[in-house]
Amino acid sequence: MPEPAVAPSGSRAGSPAGRIVWRLRFALLFAVLAVLPYLLSYSQQEIAVLLVINVLLVSSYRLLTLTGEWSLGHVVIMGVGAYASALLAKRLGVPVPFSMLIGGCMAAATAAILSFPLFRMKGFYFLIGSFAAGEIIRLIWKRFTDPFGGPKGLKRIDAFPNIDTGFLSIDFYEPVNYYFLALIIVSISLFILYRIERSRIGLTFHAIHWQDRLAESIGVDTFRYRTLAFVIASFFAGIAGGLYAHYVGTVNPTRFGVDQMVYVLVWAIVGGTATFHGPILGVIVLTVINEIVLRGLGLDTARPLIYGAILILSVLYLPDGLESLGPKLRAWLQRRRRGPATAGGEAA
Amino acid sequence: MNAPGGQPIPDAPILEARGLTRRFGGLVAVDDFSFAVREGAIHGLIGPNGAGKTTTFNVISGFYAPTSGQVLYRGRDISGRKTSALAEMGLVRTFQGSTLFQEFSVLDNVRVGRHLGARAGFLSRLLGTDRGSEAQADASAREALAFFGLEELADEPVSNLPHGHQRMLGMAVALAAEPEVLLLDEPFTGMNPEETRRMMALVRRIRDGGVTVMLVEHDMQAVMNLCDIITVMNFGALLVEGAPDEVRNDPAVIEAYLGSATGNGAGNGAGDAA
Repeated sequence: MPEPAVAPSGSRAGSPAGRIVWRLRFALLFAVLAVLPYLLSYSQQEIAVLLVINVLLVSSYRLLTLTGEWSLGHVVIMGVGAYASALLAKRLGVPVPFSMLIGGCMAAATAAILSFPLFRMKGFYFLIGSFAAGEIIRLIWKRFTDPFGGPKGLKRIDAFPNIDTGFLSIDFYEPVNYYFLALIIVSISLFILYRIERSRIGLTFHAIHWQDRLAESIGVDTFRYRTLAFVIASFFAGIAGGLYAHYVGTVNPTRFGVDQMVYVLVWAIVGGTATFHGPILGVIVLTVINEIVLRGLGLDTARPLIYGAILILSVLYLPDGLESLGPKLRAWLQRRRRGPATAGGEAA
Repeated sequence: MNAPGGQPIPDAPILEARGLTRRFGGLVAVDDFSFAVREGAIHGLIGPNGAGKTTTFNVISGFYAPTSGQVLYRGRDISGRKTSALAEMGLVRTFQGSTLFQEFSVLDNVRVGRHLGARAGFLSRLLGTDRGSEAQADASAREALAFFGLEELADEPVSNLPHGHQRMLGMAVALAAEPEVLLLDEPFTGMNPEETRRMMALVRRIRDGGVTVMLVEHDMQAVMNLCDIITVMNFGALLVEGAPDEVRNDPAVIEAYLGSATGNGAGNGAGDAA
């Protein structure tokens, strides 16, 4: 998949004025995110929770794609986190926030093991290999009813414990409250993912993507770094899985099937993967289209059809994704502003 | 060619191949090939097209494992080790053509080259406490650029660089990894005479800085002027080894390059058929 040139140029701090602008932008963003749930209906609040979880899912997916490898197993890895966290809480009575963390670690460990067979392959073969590995995991969930509950999956998963300190009580069964919980966890996760990408580790990931032989020749252990990207991406996918499991209360093998994976791919491709915010833009825009426009028109059963059409249209007309829309618009406005001036100059 | 056990140290080769063989299916690309590179030398590896030079390079640098035989580095058997592990030991190669991180800036290319020098833990990368080692990596990356006269272009995207500069940058990336032995794969290809002359001077300066250089090259004049010792390969095996003057006048070498010494174009064809 073609991507424009982006190389993280180290951690060079911008100018003080630029930094203030960025801080203001973030303050504004968080203000909007804080007000948002109160403007939504109950069912829309529930969708907002899932959207926040999906932002983490697709952002963690992007970290893996930095090394140039596209996996079809990312949603299954999310499921590993969901199943692990659910079982730990249900069977072993592990308190929920900790079970989520351990679930993330289990997802990461699964990735670490899978990387041995999978990173013998590259490109298309890796894609297919990751799909096969994911299907094997899904078959294990279906086959072994004892811990995993078979095709019906796990039900009545422990909810996130309520906070009750007398004067402050937060009930996480309420979508608004879970929304804020997910928002905090996802924000921290995104910050970590961003820091990784901007560090030398991110530079090395990019280097492996563009010239793995050259990277190897100057001492980059490309297998180790591909594994590292896969493990980190899987950890955060697992966290997203834990957030999902303890919110919805049930998990089953179908929920983590390949059709869900296709949605993640569509979000990433429509949004664009060259920038950190591209996939996030993709998942937000497509969720809004899906939940507001399609549901409003009563077309939500046609979701796969319309997603397919959007994917084709964006590949044809916006190959660099929604993220390229901003810069394009800016360039177009500049040309328009300059246009009449140069025309006047010629006339004079 | 191999020295017996109790040889004095200064003559001990830094890089050595013993009976190196590499097959691809039925094709024997490298056939029982041996050579030794002495520390501090500029060692040329030449031969007609298809002689197995590039395969030899790929085996030495760990991209292929040898089918049989050994590669020794400072007396240690390194055959079949990963390329990145060899780089860590000080054995670094360059590539033909403009194999670079084309999407990066010039400086970022060399910063990646500092991979081994700029070590830091995962957490310190995350927290930004690797700033010290990164600043050092930045400084030595700029030093490597300055060595090749590319410091003015540090912030340019690589794709804007002319071919000659891209070749220089490829060397700068390799040099940033602080090699003890530098393997250059056709460093002068596609360069004009002026660029070739500059590059030759730079290779000498690299050697004078304590780096052993081994190179594969087609530009005969450059090889003859630059190398201390030349190994000639033909059909995957050793043909001749010696100083440039010996190699230049060796009838076997002339025959390998130009065909049978007795004939012209027709004789060449006959020689191939025989």
